[in-house]
Amino acid sequence: MAYSEKLIDHYENPRNIGSLDKNSEDVGTGLVGAPACGDVMKLQIKVSPEGLIEDAKFKTFGCGSAIASSSLVTEWVKGKTIDEAETIKNTDIAKHLALPPVKIHCSVLAEDAIKAAIADYRAKTAKKDEIKDAAE
Amino acid sequence: MPACAYLDHNATSPIRPSVLDAMVEALSEGGNPSSVHRVGRRARARVDAARRQVAALVGALPAEIAFTSGGTEANNMALRGAGRNRVLVSAIEHESILRAVPEAEVIPVDGRGLVDLAALERLLAKPEPALVSVMFANNETGVIQPVAEVVRLARAAGAMVHCDAVQGAGKARVDLRDLGVDYLSLSAHKLGGPTGVGALAVRAGAAFVSDRNGGGQESNRRAGTENVAGIVGFGAAAEAARDGLDAAILRDRLEVALLAIAPGAKVHGAAAPRLVNTTCISMPGVKAETQVMALDLAGVCVSAGAACSSGKVTRSAVLSAMGVNPAEAEAAIRISCGWNTASEDIDRLIAAWKALYIRVTHSELSQARAA
Amino acid sequence: MNAFSQIRRNDQPIYLDYQATTPMDPRVLEAMMPYFTYKFGNPHSRSHSYGWEAEEGVEKARGQVAKLIGADEKEVIFTSGATESNNLAIRGVAEFYKDRKNHVVTTVTEHKCVLDTCRHLEQSGFEVTYLPVQKNGLIDLDVLRNAITDKTVVVSIMAVNNEIGVIQPLAEIGKICREKKVFFHTDAAQAAGKIPLDVEAMNIDLLSISGHKIYGPKGIGALYVRRKPRVRLVPLIVGGGQERGFRSGTLPTPLCVGLGEAAEICMKEMDGEARRLKKLQERMLKGLQAKLPEIYVNGDLEHRIPGNLNISFAHVEGESLMMGIKGLSVSSGSACTSASLEPSYVLRALGVEEEMAHTSLRIGLGRFTTEQEVDTAVADLVHHVTKLREMSPLWEMSQEGIDIKSIEWAAH
Repeated sequence: MAYSEKLIDHYENPRNIGSLDKNSEDVGTGLVGAPACGDVMKLQIKVSPEGLIEDAKFKTFGCGSAIASSSLVTEWVKGKTIDEAETIKNTDIAKHLALPPVKIHCSVLAEDAIKAAIADYRAKTAKKDEIKDAAE
Repeated sequence: MPACAYLDHNATSPIRPSVLDAMVEALSEGGNPSSVHRVGRRARARVDAARRQVAALVGALPAEIAFTSGGTEANNMALRGAGRNRVLVSAIEHESILRAVPEAEVIPVDGRGLVDLAALERLLAKPEPALVSVMFANNETGVIQPVAEVVRLARAAGAMVHCDAVQGAGKARVDLRDLGVDYLSLSAHKLGGPTGVGALAVRAGAAFVSDRNGGGQESNRRAGTENVAGIVGFGAAAEAARDGLDAAILRDRLEVALLAIAPGAKVHGAAAPRLVNTTCISMPGVKAETQVMALDLAGVCVSAGAACSSGKVTRSAVLSAMGVNPAEAEAAIRISCGWNTASEDIDRLIAAWKALYIRVTHSELSQARAA
Repeated sequence: MNAFSQIRRNDQPIYLDYQATTPMDPRVLEAMMPYFTYKFGNPHSRSHSYGWEAEEGVEKARGQVAKLIGADEKEVIFTSGATESNNLAIRGVAEFYKDRKNHVVTTVTEHKCVLDTCRHLEQSGFEVTYLPVQKNGLIDLDVLRNAITDKTVVVSIMAVNNEIGVIQPLAEIGKICREKKVFFHTDAAQAAGKIPLDVEAMNIDLLSISGHKIYGPKGIGALYVRRKPRVRLVPLIVGGGQERGFRSGTLPTPLCVGLGEAAEICMKEMDGEARRLKKLQERMLKGLQAKLPEIYVNGDLEHRIPGNLNISFAHVEGESLMMGIKGLSVSSGSACTSASLEPSYVLRALGVEEEMAHTSLRIGLGRFTTEQEVDTAVADLVHHVTKLREMSPLWEMSQEGIDIKSIEWAAH
């Protein structure tokens, strides 16, 4: 069970820890996992009107690999469009961090988290558009 | 070290200094290999390194090696774990084989001490798939069994094969693949490693069910916290024993000398290929116990038959199976050399044996004269 | 108590995992050394002095082990460890008496090797009752009494739990078993040498001991088998008929000698060591409680060996915590379940919820633990728990007053 240097770096110096205002219209929040399973990831993105991810924050309850996976994902999504961010695959995360086989599920969770955050953001904007449409 | 010629390596071999060094280091460091933290991981790494060393000794893959508490446990595990109800064992197997499956059918041996292949073939003709257990070399006579031939016959009949190589490994070339067996038992203390550790090699793909319940160690083949230092010692001994034993010259010299002293003496199994370290010899008319005691007083350690039967000296079942007559069997001692045997040890044995022989024959002569 | 610090290199972490295994006491190693080198004989070789010398060493050790548990030396047999002792005790006795009896009683918090053995017995037609434990980890004696039937052959209840360190009421259990005329086996791997044990006073019929949990070597253990009234067993390992026929195989003399010496040292130093460890345990707990809110001790704190603490650090996942406290060797859950890192079945049996079980660490203190090590450990734990809580979404929610149980979590 030797962890890669990259993984340890992300665990020891996690990037982008913190929270964004979940009620804000330009923030999408993904909360995945379950406490009983030993991992919960909260990943948030702040999206510009042009669809560019300006900021990303995370908080994770989980093992070192889960923390590293979510930290890495926040780094990756920043500056990407949400469509681009959606194409991030768990296998890329696992490969980058050299996750051992028993920890692959952490990368899956990170992929789920970003997808959930994007979905939340889209749902919010869709609702906003709906309201706008209804108003017009 | 007491001034003593230790020629009982088939009972146990003194530990090699390199082995002890490796063990003391492991003992000092400690750690449970199942622990996830650093100390545990280091213990695990030591166990894995030893597994590679032991595997290399017998041409196995590291993953095929399961460490046990010794040869006895490995033998028990193989016979019960193979999942075959019908078991065939040679007549000269160690008690840990013979007693593991009391209802096993027995393959006889011939006068040379070799397993009777024709008899095995007849036993294998029955339709029920069997497990055959034939040792690599016998502990009392050193006779090397035709294991590869046994495997050929067994395979043709769909049988699996276990080989107790406790007495072979480190003394002769033992190779899991060349022998073609499914299970191979090993013991550390017979090759200069510590007591309390052994291994069962289970060929990849061979069926195996553990009957030990617990923490799932040794890939579910043998539960229980690993005896880390013992395993490390086993690894070091396996490494040291890889070059084999170069004792044939000593053995041949001692046999020539003893036969010259007592022309009526007989070396058992001499007509068959034997381990280079083992001599089983009868001094005509002198009980083995008498010889062992006299030699011990002269500072030479040998044994009468096998040591395992908790001190009971009974007539050797091995020699009986070979058809050796009772009088000769009762007069047989086992001389076994090892990694630290020196030429002087052999001189000492020869001198002591000679003195005893002269004393006995002299008193017999005087008794005869008196009568 | 600086013997260990001489062995421990500076780059080694502070060892706080004494329930997984203990470092060897240097005195034990010293006692073993002659039997590795010049006293190397096979103790079963009766024909020469090498064998006799080895036998002497083995028999002395047997006496030392017997004394630790108030037994006669003839009642002690050597095995390869507590796993084998437990297998042999439970299966051996069950199989011997299987014509008349078919029921075994044990608890849900036993060591895996006992539970596994019981499962094996179930497969071969036995019935097994797994007693629940109370919130504090102790069994309810009335529940035990009611579980025993006229088909019960043996009650197997561990003396001290390996994860939470709680001590079961052995004397009371023994009394019930004797009244009901069933055998009482106890897995004393974690208890021997740490708390006083007396097979007579406690009416214990079978008792398992491990070498490496009492500062002795790995690869050796013992099983106490009562002679009066006699307990019979079917052996697991057969062959040369050593150890009264209960356990064949060449005895590893140095390991037997090491176990004996370890037992004697424990016997002599038990009282002082227990007092010292109690202080360290209190120091550790108070140190943590002073700096960290929402930490919970699992298992009874009174009926517990002083060398154990099992603590849930709410909202901090145990494995990530372990990864942070690199300078400390502790365990999350039980070492035997290895890298599986599933939440501990022992904690779940106490009713600890799964999310809380995931946040627990087992901290084991022992003979060579120093006050300074405890202080360093406390500081390290406080630092990392605080850091991880800052990045825990669950901690954030709980600080915001959100009930985590009110959220519908998707299982994955």
